[in-house]
Amino acid sequence: MADVASALPVSVPLARRRGALLEFSRQQPLGAVSFVVIFVMMFAGLLPQFVAPYDPLDIDFAQILGAPSWEHWFGTDAFGRDIFSRIIWGSRTALVIGFASSFIGSAIGAVLGIASAYFGGRIDTWIQRFVDVLLAFPIIVLALVVVAALRKTVVYGVDVNLIIAIAIPIVPRVARVVRAAALTVNVMPYIDAARAAGYSDQRIIFRHMAPNVVAPFLIMFTAFIAQAILLEASLSFLGLGVTEPTAAWGLMLSGNAADFYREAPWMVIFPGVAISLAVFAFNLYGDSLRDYLDPRFKV
Amino acid sequence: MLRYTISRILFMIPTLIGVAVLVFFMLRIVPGDVVEVKLRGDGGNVTQEMVEMERKRLGLDKPLLYQFGDWMVGLAKFDLGKSMWTDRPVIEEILIRLELSLEVAILATIFATLLSVPLGTMAALFRDTWIDYLVRIVTIGGLSIPSFWFGMLIIMSLLFFNWLPPITFTPIYVDPVANLTQLIWPAMAVGYRYCAVTARMIRSSLLEVMNEDYIRTARAKGVFEKLVVSRHALRNALLPAITVMGLEFAFLIGGLVVTEQVFNLNGIGQLFVQSVARNDFMLIQGMVMMIAAFYVFINLVVDLLYGVFDPRIRYG
Repeated sequence: MADVASALPVSVPLARRRGALLEFSRQQPLGAVSFVVIFVMMFAGLLPQFVAPYDPLDIDFAQILGAPSWEHWFGTDAFGRDIFSRIIWGSRTALVIGFASSFIGSAIGAVLGIASAYFGGRIDTWIQRFVDVLLAFPIIVLALVVVAALRKTVVYGVDVNLIIAIAIPIVPRVARVVRAAALTVNVMPYIDAARAAGYSDQRIIFRHMAPNVVAPFLIMFTAFIAQAILLEASLSFLGLGVTEPTAAWGLMLSGNAADFYREAPWMVIFPGVAISLAVFAFNLYGDSLRDYLDPRFKV
Repeated sequence: MLRYTISRILFMIPTLIGVAVLVFFMLRIVPGDVVEVKLRGDGGNVTQEMVEMERKRLGLDKPLLYQFGDWMVGLAKFDLGKSMWTDRPVIEEILIRLELSLEVAILATIFATLLSVPLGTMAALFRDTWIDYLVRIVTIGGLSIPSFWFGMLIIMSLLFFNWLPPITFTPIYVDPVANLTQLIWPAMAVGYRYCAVTARMIRSSLLEVMNEDYIRTARAKGVFEKLVVSRHALRNALLPAITVMGLEFAFLIGGLVVTEQVFNLNGIGQLFVQSVARNDFMLIQGMVMMIAAFYVFINLVVDLLYGVFDPRIRYG
């Protein structure tokens, strides 16, 4: 019996035991380092007013294009705003949009994927058709079409439609992977048992199947935070995402930043490093999480 | 093989119709169209009559389903309609920019192939050594560094040597040197990610193949390790890599959208961003259809190539 169980392709080794974090850091040192970077970023993003030395919107015409110095670590931009403070505040923008859109996209994708695997038949075919259609768009092209369609709607200082635009391209990609994982769960005896017990479809999907595809879901969710941050930066860079005066990394690189390649290279270098570091950390963390949770799983 | 190919081509049609429906109706969910950007954009004095007249001229006053039918009939005849901004045929707008974008894409592919095969192979052969870790960091870097920022860094380093690539586009058959000195840099900027994705794929599929029985057999026969890798392992490991390369090639347009902006290249990517900013529905729809058709087509080519590269796969 033990042999059968170990041969089954289920993947829920989500360690409940104590010291899981320690065990993770021992097995995945690179993952632990990236976790620290993410932690620092989250701290900066949650409490920017305590970390940032200046107000990110403070315009100081006496300090235009100032080079990095003790007062302004990363220099100042064309309006004399402190770049270090703008990067700290920008991490809030990146994290809010990254987490929100990745969560919305992955959650919808997961529900679609599980439903597709659970119901099978015609529902499966239709969902897969829909997924195929969405997959025929490159990520940024789909996001741009949604941006063109929905325009801007700001709620609590966050552009909701931008989050939707970034979430939609994530949906089909998660749906596909979760469907594959859910198909292996669907044939498990305990699902048959639940069906035999007469539980409703809704209950079986959310109580019995969803918990068993948590591992691939978590991996996809983390990996897509990285993608979402990158996508937000690209859209803001194109002038179609976050708009001035909000501090956002991609926005700091757009527009007139390119006019100062020579005079103020720090305007280009630091925001780019911030984007790369954040995306790098989430990618590496997702990678390590995958190796830790399920070495056979491939994205 | 022929039957399989034909059925695959026919299968492309429902997907493309789905794309057409999606993009057409999505763009029209929220009111607002090209006329507003065109006439009101400058804040000029425009009467409601003028707006209505322009809408009528562009056919935007007709019922949605009528507009959709009109567009679909055009699509069936490979007519993508006219740009609502410039009034020139969409196909023409795309074609004049296609050469540049396609060349950047091809250069990026060459760049990615040349680098990713050795990187991926080394990482797999020296698994869990510092080489593997280095490749892992370099490739995750490729997935993380935004291509537009990488492009900006390239421009900045070129400026450091007081040199800038030419600004105007010269076709490669007119002046190969001027052409390459302009386009090699954006190709590098988009190629880095491409290379990273492929190298990771090569590494993981090579690791899988190296555990196969036939590799052990080859070693037991006393085949040189070099030959085992190049003849037995790499040949089999390249298949998944080809898939990834094909799909990434079809999606290179995504990288071009931002990179062309950095290098100020008048290509497909910049056209797309412009048409989104201008609400030029016809142009957006036409380009999305073209990109989707290209993606589906590349998918097909990759599937058919499988049969060529792997004799075990034969389609009935």
